[in-house]
Amino acid sequence: MSDVKYSKEHEWIKLEGDVATIGITKHATEMLGDIVFTELPEKGSNVEKDGTAGVVESTKAASDVYTPVSGEVVEINQAIVDDPSKINQDPENTAWFFKLKIKDKSEMDSLMNKDDYDKFAKESSS
Amino acid sequence: METKKTSLYKLHQDHKAKFVEFAGYQMPIQYADGIVEEHKFTRNHSGIFDVSHMGQLFIYGNEDLSKDLEKIFPLDLRNLKLNQSKYSFLMNDDAGIYDDLIITKIKEGFLIILNAACKLNDFKILKKLLNDKYKMILDEKRSLIAIQGPKSVEILNVIVGGVEDLNFMTGNWFSFNEEKIYVTRSGYTGEDGFEISVANDTADEFTRKLIENGAKMIGLGARDTLRLEAGLCLYGHELDKDKTPVEANLRWAISKERISKGDFIGSDIIIKQLNDGVTKVRVGIKPEGRIIAREKTKIFNQSDLYIGEITSGTFGPSVNGPVAMGYVENEFSKKDTKVFLEVRGKKHPANICGLPFYKKSYVKGAI
Repeated sequence: MSDVKYSKEHEWIKLEGDVATIGITKHATEMLGDIVFTELPEKGSNVEKDGTAGVVESTKAASDVYTPVSGEVVEINQAIVDDPSKINQDPENTAWFFKLKIKDKSEMDSLMNKDDYDKFAKESSS
Repeated sequence: METKKTSLYKLHQDHKAKFVEFAGYQMPIQYADGIVEEHKFTRNHSGIFDVSHMGQLFIYGNEDLSKDLEKIFPLDLRNLKLNQSKYSFLMNDDAGIYDDLIITKIKEGFLIILNAACKLNDFKILKKLLNDKYKMILDEKRSLIAIQGPKSVEILNVIVGGVEDLNFMTGNWFSFNEEKIYVTRSGYTGEDGFEISVANDTADEFTRKLIENGAKMIGLGARDTLRLEAGLCLYGHELDKDKTPVEANLRWAISKERISKGDFIGSDIIIKQLNDGVTKVRVGIKPEGRIIAREKTKIFNQSDLYIGEITSGTFGPSVNGPVAMGYVENEFSKKDTKVFLEVRGKKHPANICGLPFYKKSYVKGAI
């Protein structure tokens, strides 16, 4: 999974060709607790780097989901809308949020690799 | 002000609690299992809640005390039987609610359980209203533990023999490790259960015994989803100084006998509202989809006019969907009225519904 990058807002992004798959990290799900509601962007819509692209809600509160890169939404994961608890079970794999056809690969440059993110997550939660 | 810790702080830590500050106390919001699991465990088995932050106010006195308290609370206190409990409110002259509470007749007077955030203010108000005539102790040396859920009676009865004979909203003194504990059959989850007042020194050992017998620690997060599904009010949300018991749809808690005489604080307003009706009223609200409408969400009618606001809203794990309570203008308070909730700029359909969202029967009469 060396091609996976991470944002400071706790999203992960995996690039294959010019399509990026985006989800939230395991660390994010641990902070949120049980996720009971998910809202995703519309297929065909355009999202901008660092803009909101969805919402997750736990029993306690709602949190925005941001997109770490800009692009057009080409696919959404309806399974996590129908059953949001899937996000807690497998956040960094089957419970991805949406796929983007990205515009500018250089937007990936500012994101963190796994080691840096793990360090960042540890520091931000302590 | 430094945040306080309850006697069970160490036990919470041992069970991997996530803490939040609540009413000046470090309280567990959830443990390792998380809110949804804790909620379901309480509904199906037995959950333990540390509610030691709540106030335990003992007021000592005889018949004069009952008479004086009747000037304050809309209850028929002179006919309250020994060890019987009633839900009530401390109100201002406009019938605005300072606090909601449970008052129990004990041999020496009354025990009143108060909300944590209100207890110091309640104490001041009551002391003044009673003209310092009676001995009043807001007991910080006792902890309060609730055990809730269908298996609770079985579990508690192993440790404290005889509690199974208590009826709902009654209590009595029992002993644990040769110490006196006061147990009432009550709670705030919509489940059968008990609240136990126990000395701080004994609280940890007592609670660990409950855990050994199969109960689990449950945090404030699940306490909130449980009480909301049960349609129960939370002070600071459904209730505050700008809302009256009639508006809060709690007229069942006001003694009919006392209304006919009308000689308690706020009675003028209560009687007026009962006769003339109210402009806003508390209702249950069920969103049609999965959208969760939180506190302060604006409510609109079908003509897109603002009619009220959500006071509590979350996801109900037993209902398996979103649930909410709020206040709407009286004419839109009928069951099945279609309303719209504004969440993140979009209006989502919902329906006014009866409460509770989730119903179980309490143990009432003798078996």
